[in-house]
Amino acid sequence: MKAVRVLCVVLSLAVVLCVPALAAQSTFVFGRGADAVRLDPATITDNESINSCNQIFETLVRFSKDGKDIEPLLATSWEYDESALTWIFHLREGVVFHDGTPFNADAVLFSLMRQKDPSHPFAVANAAFWNSSFKQVQEISKIDDATVAVKLSEPYAPFLSLMANNLAMILSPEAMKRLGADGFNLAPVGTGPYRLEEWRKNDQVVFSAFDGYWGKKPLTKRVIIRSIPDNTARLMALLAGEIDGMDGITPDVIKILKEKKAGSIKMLSAPGLNVGFMAMNTKKKPFDNPLVRKAIAHAIDKERVIRETYQGMGSPAKGMLPPTLWGYNSSLEEDVYDPALAKKLLAEAGYPDGFETELWYMPVPRIYLPDCKLVAQIVQGDLAKVGIRAKLATYDWGTYVEKAMRWEHEMCFLGRTADYIDPDAFMHGPLVSGSIFNFSNWSDKEYDRLVDEARRTVDRESRIALYEEAQIRVKEQAPLLTVAHGNNMVLLKESVKGFYLHPTAQFWFHEVSIQE
Amino acid sequence: MRTRSYLAYRFLSIIPVLLVLSFVIFGIIEAIPGDPAQIMLGQHATPEALEQMRHSLGLDRPWTVRYVLFLGRLARGDLGHSILSGRSVLSEIAEKVPATLELSLVALLLAGVLGVLAGFLSAWRQNSLFDYFAMFGSLVGVSIPIYWLGFMLIILFSLNLGWLPTGGRLAATIEFQPLTNFYLLDALLSGNREVLADAIRHLVMPAFCLATVPMAIIARMTRSSMLEVLNQDYIRTARAKGVRTGRLLFLHAFKNASIPVVTVIGLQFGYLMGGAILTETVFSWPGIGRWLLDGILGRDFPVIAGGTLFVAAAFIMVNLLVDLLYLFLDPRIRY
Repeated sequence: MKAVRVLCVVLSLAVVLCVPALAAQSTFVFGRGADAVRLDPATITDNESINSCNQIFETLVRFSKDGKDIEPLLATSWEYDESALTWIFHLREGVVFHDGTPFNADAVLFSLMRQKDPSHPFAVANAAFWNSSFKQVQEISKIDDATVAVKLSEPYAPFLSLMANNLAMILSPEAMKRLGADGFNLAPVGTGPYRLEEWRKNDQVVFSAFDGYWGKKPLTKRVIIRSIPDNTARLMALLAGEIDGMDGITPDVIKILKEKKAGSIKMLSAPGLNVGFMAMNTKKKPFDNPLVRKAIAHAIDKERVIRETYQGMGSPAKGMLPPTLWGYNSSLEEDVYDPALAKKLLAEAGYPDGFETELWYMPVPRIYLPDCKLVAQIVQGDLAKVGIRAKLATYDWGTYVEKAMRWEHEMCFLGRTADYIDPDAFMHGPLVSGSIFNFSNWSDKEYDRLVDEARRTVDRESRIALYEEAQIRVKEQAPLLTVAHGNNMVLLKESVKGFYLHPTAQFWFHEVSIQE
Repeated sequence: MRTRSYLAYRFLSIIPVLLVLSFVIFGIIEAIPGDPAQIMLGQHATPEALEQMRHSLGLDRPWTVRYVLFLGRLARGDLGHSILSGRSVLSEIAEKVPATLELSLVALLLAGVLGVLAGFLSAWRQNSLFDYFAMFGSLVGVSIPIYWLGFMLIILFSLNLGWLPTGGRLAATIEFQPLTNFYLLDALLSGNREVLADAIRHLVMPAFCLATVPMAIIARMTRSSMLEVLNQDYIRTARAKGVRTGRLLFLHAFKNASIPVVTVIGLQFGYLMGGAILTETVFSWPGIGRWLLDGILGRDFPVIAGGTLFVAAAFIMVNLLVDLLYLFLDPRIRY
C-alpha cells in the first residue's frame, strides 16, 4: 500500500504548509442542497433562487413571522374599494436601491409591467410565471410618485398574499436598463438588506450588508449560501464547522446527528405550511366509490406511520389545512384507525375480498414526506390487512409528476407546500375540478362552489366559514388521505442567534447574528 | 504525408460520430417522460401557463424540427440556452470545465504516477510480497464504492483529525476573484499563497477518491504489460549482453510496455472528463458531472444535449491524442 504511505506524506506536507482560513465571525455561512438557478425574481420558482432573492429584494408587503398576517414592507399601507377590485398601495419614501437610485412608483410599475406586458422593452421572456399567479390583474397604474393602483378583473382574495411573493419583488429599473436582462440576472439590484457580492455557480452566493438599507441594518456583515448537494456531506460540513447552519434535514441526517451527539449543534423545528397526502384516482374503479375511499381512510394507522417514518419531523394531518393556518377547521374529526370498520365498508361497497391496486411512492424526499417509500410500505401492510393488495411503484421525479398529472395512477403519494399564506393554496389547486394538481381527479360541484366563492370573497370571517365547510366536504368524500404536515427544520451552530423559521420555509438572514 | 492524411481523416470522422450521437441523445430525451415546463412552473402551473411556457421554450414543436434547429445552431458553434438558467450552454460549460479538468488532471497524475510505479515494481518483483500487496490493493481500489470511501475519508480527515475541509473548492470565507477558474493556476498567477494552500487542501481528498479506480486499473495494466515484455527474447538477450538493470527496465522494457498503459490512461481521462458525478457530489465539487446531472433531473434538454456532446467530443479528442502518442512511443507505428 505504497499509495497510502505517499498520500500520508503528501497530506502531512499540505497540512504543515497550510494555515487554515479562520472564519470571521461577521460572516454567516448557510449550507443547502442546490444552488440558485437565476437571480431575476420574475423568472424563478425554485426555493434556492427564491431564498437568494429574499436577501436582495423586497416586496410591497410581506408575511408576518408567524405567517398569520400581511405586514407593510415597501408599502406602508394599502386599501381596497368596496368591490375589492381596486387596490391602492402607499409606498415607503426615502428608500434607495443598492445602486443608489430611488425606489418609487415607477420602479413598482417597471418591475410588474415587464411581467404583464409582453411589449415592455424589458419584458420577461416567459409570461407563464406571471399568468400562473396574477392573471386577475388587469391594470397597474401610478397615481403619484408614492402611490400605485392595481385593478383586478374579478375579486380575488389571495391577491394581497401573492403580492408578498417573489414575482412581486421590486427591482432597480436603472440597473436593468444598464445591464440588460441577462446581465441583471447575474448582478441583481434590489432594495433588500443585502446586496449581491459574488455568485460562484454551483458553489456559493455571497451577500454583503447594504449600508444604505432603509430598515434595521443587518447584524451580520456577510452572508454566504453554499451549495452542498449531498445531505450527509452537508451535515459533515456543519459538524466540521465549515458552515454555520443547513437545511434539507432528512430522517437519515437526524439519525446520524443523534449517534454523533454533537452538542454544539441545535435544531430549530416548527410546523410548516405543507401537507403530504395519498391521492386516490376517483375516476378509476374502485376508487370512484366513496365507500372504498372511506374504507382506506380507516384502514391506515396514521399515528404509526408518523411515529415510524418522520423521526419527529411531522404531525398527523386531519385535513389539507395545517392547524397553524387561519381557516383550519378544528372540529374536523380524524378517521379512526379501525380495520374492522374498513372491511365492513369495503363489503358494503361490493368488495368483501378486497381488490388489487397499485400505489406510487415519491422517489424524492420532501418536507411533507421525508421518507415516502417507508410510508408506502407501512400503508401497503395496513391495506393488506383489510384485503387490499397494493403493488408499490415509483418513477424518477420528473416522470412521476407528469404521469400523476395525467392521472395514470390509481393511488399515489404527493403533497403541497404553500408559497403564499392563504387557505386557497391548499384548498383550490389540489382539489377543484379540472385542476392539473387535482391528483384525485375529483370533481364535486358543491366543493367547487365553496372554494370558488372563498376566492372571490375578501372578508376573512366569511372566507373562514366557507373553508370550514369545504374541509368537512373533503372529509366526507375522502378523495385523498392526508398523511402529515412536515416540520420546517434547520440545524444551526449553538452560536447562531436570531434565525427564524418561517412557515413558508423561506429564509431571511438579516436578523441572524453569531455570538462567540 | 500519410500521417497527415490520417490525421485529417481522424478529425473529419469526429463529425459523423457526433452527428449520430446527437441523434441518439435527442431520441433518448424524446423517449423519456418529464416536462421541463412543468418542472419549472411547479405547483403554479395552470394548463394555460404550461402551454405558454412550452411554446416559449419551443417545446410545442415536433422533435424532428427541434433537432434540425439544434443542428443548425451547432454548425454555427451555438449549443443553445439552458432552459432552467436561461444562460448559454457554452458559457456554462466554460464555467464548469476548469473545475472538472483541475480535479481530473490531479487525480490522473496521482493515478498515473502511483499506478505505473506500483505496476512496474510488481512486475519487476513478480510474486513478491509487494506484488501481492499491490495487486490486492488494486483489487480493493476498483471495487471500493466511491461514495463510501469519500465519506470515510471525510470522517477521518475532516471530522476526527480536522486536517482537511469536507468539500468545495475553496473555503467559503476566502475572498478571491478567479481569473481562469483553474484555482491552482489562478493562485499561482496572482501569487496568493493562502488561496493556493486552501485550494490544495480542498483538492486532496476528492482527487484521491477519484484516482482510486484509474490507479488500480493502471497498476494492473502496467504489471501485465511489463511481464509480457520482460518475458520476451530481446530482454533476455539484453540481459545476457550485460545491460544494467535500470537501463533494461526503463529503456528496453518499460518503453515497449507503455503503449497499452498510455491507452488505459487516455481512456480513464476520458471517463474523468465525463464528470465524476459521485465524487463531485460527495465533495460538493462544482464540476461538469453535477451540472449534467442537474440538467437531466430538470429535463433541461439543451444542457443534456450540449453537455453530452461536449463530453463525447472531449473523449474522442483524448483518444486521438493517445493514438498520436503511439507514434513517439513506437517508431514502427505509422499511420
